[in-house]
Amino acid sequence: MFHNLAPSWSQGSEAMPELFHRKLERSAIGFVLAIIAVASVGGIVEIAPLFTIDETVEEAPDMRVYTPLELAGRNIYIREGCYACHSQMVRTLRDEVERYGPYSLAVESKYDHPMLWGSKRTGPDLARVGGKYSDFGMSRILSPREVVPESNMPAYRWLARNSLKIEDLPLHLEAQRAIGVPYSEEMIENATRDAYGQASPGSDSASNVKERYGAETQVRAFDGVATNVTEMDALVAYLQVLGRLTDAAFEDTAAPEEPPEPIE
Amino acid sequence: MEVEERDPVSGHRTTGHEWNGIKELDTPVPRGVLIFLVITHVFAVTWWFLMPTWPLGTTYTKGLLDVDQRAIVEQQLVDAAAERAPWIDRIERASFEEILPNEMLMSIVQSSGHQLFGDNCAACHGVDGRGSANYPDLTDDDWLWGGDVETVAETMRVGVNTEHPESRVAQMPSFGRDGLLNREQVNSVAAYVYSLSNPDYSTSENIDEIEAGREVFLTSCAACHGANARGNQDVGAPNLTDAYWIYGGDLQTIVTTVHGGRHGHMPTWDERLTNAEIKILALYVHSLRVEKP
Repeated sequence: MFHNLAPSWSQGSEAMPELFHRKLERSAIGFVLAIIAVASVGGIVEIAPLFTIDETVEEAPDMRVYTPLELAGRNIYIREGCYACHSQMVRTLRDEVERYGPYSLAVESKYDHPMLWGSKRTGPDLARVGGKYSDFGMSRILSPREVVPESNMPAYRWLARNSLKIEDLPLHLEAQRAIGVPYSEEMIENATRDAYGQASPGSDSASNVKERYGAETQVRAFDGVATNVTEMDALVAYLQVLGRLTDAAFEDTAAPEEPPEPIE
Repeated sequence: MEVEERDPVSGHRTTGHEWNGIKELDTPVPRGVLIFLVITHVFAVTWWFLMPTWPLGTTYTKGLLDVDQRAIVEQQLVDAAAERAPWIDRIERASFEEILPNEMLMSIVQSSGHQLFGDNCAACHGVDGRGSANYPDLTDDDWLWGGDVETVAETMRVGVNTEHPESRVAQMPSFGRDGLLNREQVNSVAAYVYSLSNPDYSTSENIDEIEAGREVFLTSCAACHGANARGNQDVGAPNLTDAYWIYGGDLQTIVTTVHGGRHGHMPTWDERLTNAEIKILALYVHSLRVEKP
């Protein structure tokens, strides 16, 4: 079958399939093995780094977990599809670092299940929006045209009227713990009370939140009304903590003359 | 099987398979596609060696070019800082009095201040700095803490009612809700305050109420707002006799304010912005004001 190879070289590409393909195609086991090898490249490239993820994610001992109220706000953020227009990932580009702050580190998304990095910026990046505006400013951005007349962001005014469902928060915390977020038994038991307390400054539950989740926890009437816990409370509490769960990103870039070591 | 058989129309070889007279053509991949495929493969393999690519357990192949995006962006930031250093230095060192008449520096303030304002301040104070309901207008002459450039810069630095240790602190107590004043007193003091900026409001019918409100004002409000109600910039108490209102100057809103109190908030920008940036913003805000007739 190869006696006509010589003339077909002169005809160019017809020779290559003749040589490799025909041979391979006719060895059934060899061909199966080749298919497996090629198909597994994509899988290996995605899966293999996960085996060593504990060593490759930066250390951040000060990393906090989301409080129940912040977690509820995160769920609203997901429910309303905020991630479709807002990313939460400052990239290693000069204009982004100058505008938003230090570039995002992997450890900052450590407790994000699922992560909300996003891939589209119709609106600005929100990775470091926590603390940038007042609570009222945050809640008012949810009525966008009052702030920027030409904004095309939908309004979310009803969040301030919807009371927040807090009874099932222990289950949410439990689910997060099942996938690796270190919530303690005590945090799970008190999730509903803590969610109430974080939005009700001065109440007994309020001081407990700080005890359980650290002194950095922001306890305020996030929607401006201390008497009830609304979805606006939860969402603003979540927005105000974005980028503030750890200072790791700020520490790394504090001394620009010493760029952070590549991850070893 | 006749492997060498050629299709008379296309001139291509057949696979030699035949089904009831129908033969399968073995058309080769077009040469252009093949060349493109080879080039992309060569490029990909070269790229593996030049750039960081393959994960190797706890590390990765670093590549011959030694490219590190984090190092690049750090370098770019250093370069950008160096590029700006000449005028940033001047703005940082010069006093506000020196900068204000300097056209060159003020044109920098205008362009760079506009960017900074849009990113950091416009969300509350509006793109034009005119504020809106519940946010102060920065273009008028009415200031809670003082409107000269130094004071505005200081307010930006520490914020109002923030966690900053030197934060400005001001709170309008909730006189009605906390039971400091009864409903009648709240209404009368609101009427009095309203009459200060609306002299026509006071008529022979309500003069008694307004007079009673004045009494309440002198005992409960004058400590911060002053006996003449012109406010006190040391404690951030607004002037109640003018036409500028943050939360609204109609009678109903004044009743709401006296009843429920107000607890405004302005973030501290000490950590987020550099000294020079705060200075630029203070000057920019100043320029918003002087541009008005």
